Amino acid sequence: MSQINNNSVRTNYLDFEGGISQIDAQIAELKKLSMQKGIDYSAEIRDLQRRQVEEFKRIYDNLSAWQTVQVARHPQRPLFCDYLNLMIKDFRELHGDRNFGDDKAIICGLGQIGRERVMIIGQEKGRDTKEKLARNFGMSHPEGYRKALLKMRFAEKFGIPVVTFIDTPGAYPGIGAEERGQAQAIAKNLMEMSRLRVPIISIVIGEGGSGGALGISVADKLAMLEFSYYSVISPEGCAAILWRDGSAAPQAADALKLTSKDLLKLDLIDAVIAEPLGAAHRNIHDTVYNVEQYIIKTVRELKRMKIDNLLDARYKKLRLIGTNATTSGLKKNRPDNTAKPAIKFTAAKPITVLPRPATV
Amino acid sequence: MAKAKSQWQGFSLKPKKEMPEGLWTKCPGCKKMLYTKSVSENLDVCPECGYHFRITAAARIKYFADEGSFEEIAREIVSTDPLDFVYRGTDYKSRMAAAEQKSAGKEAMLIGKAFVKGRGIMLGVMDFDYLGGSMGAVVGEKFCCAVEQAMSDSLPLIVFSSAGGARMHEGVISVMQMAKTSAALAKFDENKGLFISVLTDPTTGGVTASFAMLGDIIIAEPHALIGFAGPRVIEQTIRVELPEGFQTAEFLLEHGFIDQIVARKDLRSEVARLIDYCGK
Repeated sequence: MSQINNNSVRTNYLDFEGGISQIDAQIAELKKLSMQKGIDYSAEIRDLQRRQVEEFKRIYDNLSAWQTVQVARHPQRPLFCDYLNLMIKDFRELHGDRNFGDDKAIICGLGQIGRERVMIIGQEKGRDTKEKLARNFGMSHPEGYRKALLKMRFAEKFGIPVVTFIDTPGAYPGIGAEERGQAQAIAKNLMEMSRLRVPIISIVIGEGGSGGALGISVADKLAMLEFSYYSVISPEGCAAILWRDGSAAPQAADALKLTSKDLLKLDLIDAVIAEPLGAAHRNIHDTVYNVEQYIIKTVRELKRMKIDNLLDARYKKLRLIGTNATTSGLKKNRPDNTAKPAIKFTAAKPITVLPRPATV
Repeated sequence: MAKAKSQWQGFSLKPKKEMPEGLWTKCPGCKKMLYTKSVSENLDVCPECGYHFRITAAARIKYFADEGSFEEIAREIVSTDPLDFVYRGTDYKSRMAAAEQKSAGKEAMLIGKAFVKGRGIMLGVMDFDYLGGSMGAVVGEKFCCAVEQAMSDSLPLIVFSSAGGARMHEGVISVMQMAKTSAALAKFDENKGLFISVLTDPTTGGVTASFAMLGDIIIAEPHALIGFAGPRVIEQTIRVELPEGFQTAEFLLEHGFIDQIVARKDLRSEVARLIDYCGK
């Protein structure tokens, strides 16, 4: 895996994007020629760009589960900080769990999305090595979950909707985390979020790593970016346990049904937010725009509901997760709201057709 | 680099072999050879050192509930293999069938009504013999059924956890069972229901990070392994040898995450007493 990552840092292409990198090289070559010789190659370049768009569509429409995981882990994929910078007006960060410390893997604060004032809570992995270490690669300690809960309680008191961004490989497995009750912190969050008296929206923007992701994603509406993933265990971990061979990760990824499309089909998430051509890291602004539109629309929707109805609906939704995966008699009691097909894609505006030139 | 021998070398979440037909059993605690009958007559606790053997769900119910009082409900709920999970030449369905042969129930949790010293309770017992006691849709569903039944009959709910975590074969559905069971407990909590969570060896992963840690009272058996991440995962991640006694019941008691450590023989009277105090 690290091998793949290293390559992509250098070249900016994932290893299944061979066709795209070739076309990029051809375009660069033509541009260079036209500069040197003064010949106008713009028609050829346009043609190549058109071919590249086709190639992008072909590749990204048929991504395998393992390729999706690689896209979700792409080093240039927009992180929570990018959303903070581009989407949120007047952000006021709130630190600390008033108990032990301030976990930098989770950022909390008040801010404005569109016209909606919200409490924003998100997991941040960090971009460069120094920041990654400070943020612990997005793996929270118990104090992170407790901080998130404290800020949610605060939001509840003042009726501010909560929006959470999920991007973590998992909760941190370490000695300190165990000593301070990682399991208890997550469990408490699950219980309290299920009855928090304000709307909660969660969006998986990159990796959704099991309990560590769920700890801040019990929500009225759970959405995923198109090429993010949400899984019970990392594909590598699953391969190591069930296949007894870590290199079987691609098969494991496939079996775990961890992509947004699969999870929507299983009725476990409420919406898939479209990513621009060639995935989020090729066009951060459009990605952020799509997410922003989804949040604004959903916050408005949820705010219109009476809070008791909202809580009833949230409980019913949680209570029925997996019920239709069992032979339980409760199956026939499924209420109408979950029987409806979930929202498909929420691209709010036509997405730019041509990919921006890759920045290295 | 020469790596010091870890205390977790050879550690396995699988139940330790106990020489089923053998007359003699080796105690993993004090390494003494014990007469098997003397162990089983002592509630599967080593008479020499007090080591608590891992026991089956059936034995658990026998040792805890009043004789013959356990009435199982929702036994027939089984998984429909929602992901069509296939791996390494086998599949989830056949694994479930194999697990069913080994264990007392049809899934990793048995629920039912029972009595403890004459007090009516709703009892849930996780079965480690069934796919490592992992929580999938069925365990979540059964747990919620138990909570709802306890609520409607105003009974205290007592759940014995022993689990490896969320069940991989059901993917995200398993993860979401953590939220589902916690939400059910939130309702139970608002209803002023009493939930006593008993943690037995081993309780790790998604089960610990949901209902097991949400008890009004949390009790653990002596020396039980209890944690979020398993010890091997932690060692592989941080590459440090773990301290002696890490993630045991005693460790959790010291760090303030459980109320009591209660030996198996005292569990009945202790739970009965606690139920009385709560006026249930």
